[in-house]
Amino acid sequence: MTIQFNDESFRGDYTFTNSDHAIKRFPFPFHEDSYMYAVNMEQHQGGPTGSIYEKRFDVDEHYVSEMYDRKLVLAEDPLRCQSLPHMVMAGWDLLELIMVSKSEDYPDLFELHRDGTNWRWVNKPLSIDQSFIFLDETSLPYGPMEYITRQTQGDFCILDQRNDNLWMDAGMVTTQADWSLDFDIGMNFFEWHAPVPKAHEMGIFVRALKFLLSIQQGTPARRLNWTMTVNPLLDTSPENYHKWGVQKRTLTPENIGQKQYLRVELQTFFRLPRSNALVFPIRCYLINLEDLVSVPKWARRLHRVIRDLPIELATYKGFIDNRPMILDYLAPFDDGQPTSDGVWPD
Amino acid sequence: MIGSTKINVIVSQIKVLNDLVTCFEFKTTNGDLLPTFSGGAHTIVEMQDGVVLRLNPYSIMSDPFDQTRYTISVRRDDQGRGGSLFMHTKVKVGDEMVISYPVNLFSLDLRARKHLFIAGGIGITPFLAQIKQLERSNGYWELHYSTRRPALGTFVEELLEKYPHKVSPYYDEADQRIELTSLLSGQPLGTHIYICGPKGMIDWVRQEATDFGWPDEAIHFEEFLAPIPGKPFQAKLEISDKVINVGELQSLLEAVELAGVKAPYLCRGGACGQCETSVIEYDGKFIHRDHWLTDDEKASGLKIMPCVSRFEGKKLVLDR
Amino acid sequence: MVGFKFPESIKSRPVYGTLFVKPGVDHLIIADGEGAEAIIRLAKLNNQWIEKSHIIYIPKHTKTTFVDQLKELMPGQLYLGPSYPASVSRIRQALNNAKMGLQVYLAGTEGLIGQAQNECMSSGVPHTAIQTEHCGSIARRMQCVHCKGITEDVIMDPFICKHCGLSLFIRDHYSRRLAAFQGVCIDAEDPGNIPEAVELYK
Repeated sequence: MTIQFNDESFRGDYTFTNSDHAIKRFPFPFHEDSYMYAVNMEQHQGGPTGSIYEKRFDVDEHYVSEMYDRKLVLAEDPLRCQSLPHMVMAGWDLLELIMVSKSEDYPDLFELHRDGTNWRWVNKPLSIDQSFIFLDETSLPYGPMEYITRQTQGDFCILDQRNDNLWMDAGMVTTQADWSLDFDIGMNFFEWHAPVPKAHEMGIFVRALKFLLSIQQGTPARRLNWTMTVNPLLDTSPENYHKWGVQKRTLTPENIGQKQYLRVELQTFFRLPRSNALVFPIRCYLINLEDLVSVPKWARRLHRVIRDLPIELATYKGFIDNRPMILDYLAPFDDGQPTSDGVWPD
Repeated sequence: MIGSTKINVIVSQIKVLNDLVTCFEFKTTNGDLLPTFSGGAHTIVEMQDGVVLRLNPYSIMSDPFDQTRYTISVRRDDQGRGGSLFMHTKVKVGDEMVISYPVNLFSLDLRARKHLFIAGGIGITPFLAQIKQLERSNGYWELHYSTRRPALGTFVEELLEKYPHKVSPYYDEADQRIELTSLLSGQPLGTHIYICGPKGMIDWVRQEATDFGWPDEAIHFEEFLAPIPGKPFQAKLEISDKVINVGELQSLLEAVELAGVKAPYLCRGGACGQCETSVIEYDGKFIHRDHWLTDDEKASGLKIMPCVSRFEGKKLVLDR
Repeated sequence: MVGFKFPESIKSRPVYGTLFVKPGVDHLIIADGEGAEAIIRLAKLNNQWIEKSHIIYIPKHTKTTFVDQLKELMPGQLYLGPSYPASVSRIRQALNNAKMGLQVYLAGTEGLIGQAQNECMSSGVPHTAIQTEHCGSIARRMQCVHCKGITEDVIMDPFICKHCGLSLFIRDHYSRRLAAFQGVCIDAEDPGNIPEAVELYK
């Protein structure tokens, strides 16, 4: 399988684009005309061919450019990747999981050769050919978690499972929707979700935690989360908020189609065997309104979801001020007709 | 979560260690590597004994990094429901069996500065894997192991030979007791204590440690609760519209499964909460044997843990 | 004097209790300012406890108000520190010498409680085992999420980060690891538009 990798930027001149193929496979998150929090977990055991759900760790046309952007973020702020001392084994677990999965799912792009603890990893898109000793940190240029997540799309949170709770004790977080790893590292499941409005009272997190604690090796799970971003900026971190926040003010009715993005996170959950930790990859997909409305069903539905979203959620997701302009743009695409259930285009 | 993924294995070795304990070694039937696991994990072994299918959890004793085999130890219990007897008398080398992916409900706290292990009898098994794991990472640990007599001290010789300064055996019949007070005092801050053995031992160590001022978070324990046999009883499964009969040597969970109804489970020993089942209606009394439900929940008659608990009475309707 | 009654807030915001004596081999008490009152209250009910206690006390603005009363309790050890930073090496040494069976009690400002709790956690004491009681000032330790600098004793919202100069608003989101609340740029989306500062909880 060959993927044509884009050469694009997620900052500055923002040359990011989605091909038609990328638009068609975009993970539109709304299966009905309104949105409220739910423990919307399902098994992560493949999906329709070509969809983002098919492979364990989806690789798409944005891979090479996203990894370059991550490199820039880390050079500027190394605190985006941290691992508490007891999480080293979990880092090796993650490295093994990703290398095995990707070499099996994309054999044309990745290779893993193992002879006891002598491993050789080949990453063709990034021109990497690395021989190393599994479990020996001195044989890799970075710690195992950092090493492999510098080559994998999406953020990664590794959660230690203790005392009937999950603790965010390691992570690589450069494409986050406005939360800080440096601040949240060490917190438990309820603590790091503390700022989310309404969800706690609804009991969402108690139920979600119960589900996550019982995930076992071999039976990963997934769910979708979403927000909105102005410009295809991956690094919407609180650390840089004083630099990117003002971009929200640059929207006009003329440019909103190109600059307003729907940002969807594919969140997956895998049990890690040697450490008994849980890894929580958060994979970010971006689509601007102009591309999104090319699918009539999505255009209609998005208009209704955004229009009826409770004010606390729209505020928390950061687009409350631009909501009127977004609705003005989407309204012409909503003919008031009923829309089919589910997320796939008609 | 309905159990976890299954693995087809053959019994590659059987070793009788002493009068009570026999060791079983499993390898995959197709030669694939077994999944790695973390010390303290157990696997659920399926035992087809005629028409009766039993699923019993056993701690994996072998090295977590050895993916060619899993080893378990089974202590014979003549008063039990027959699972251990089945293993001891009916299983032979070369037999094909089905086991589950490892599940860990008794894992090490990796932040601990020192791991203090207290084992009683067959409770030694999870520590064997944890010790091997800690040895690989130069972890600081100590084992205090109490058994009835040297002949029944499974693995004592092997442990003393490999780790002479870290293992202390105690034999009940020689009146040797773990000197708990002196053991608990003087331990460095950040020590965690792990107890696995009979209920009495677990309760004793937990109480002493708490009275001494050890934090709850630093005290870990696993009790091997096997479902105890009891009077047969009947239950109605409302959602599936089935009536099941729970036999004397059968657990309620096993009876539910035999009727073709799937119920979630993970430990099958009353500790993990997965099989929690709501009671729609009842007329009788519950025999709660689990560690999961609160005292209030047990008294309420609204919930039952079918893996280990039973019922006596005229009517029981369950939400399954 | 009862501590300030904090209004209910988000799940990461620390919630303080009331100190009580727990069984233990040694008792380490770290307090500042009005936190001394909690110690005195507890000692009056438990003579034996205070004899086994090591008190590390930073009077701050209360100066000598509670010092004599603390001395009269006849604790096992009493250290009077001129400031929290000056007391840190003493706290670390006490933890270094301690064994399992140590009970820890923290009383005073949120800043003291958070930082002392951190020292204990670094030595292997789980945070759930550490007792805390808030007394005195409600001023906060704030971390600027942008430059990572900590600004102490913040009581006005918004405030200016004393390291990078950005105007930050106060969040209730709290990090145990950093022993600080989060401060975020208040005029990121509309530079220069900074509301008038209001006192916390007023």
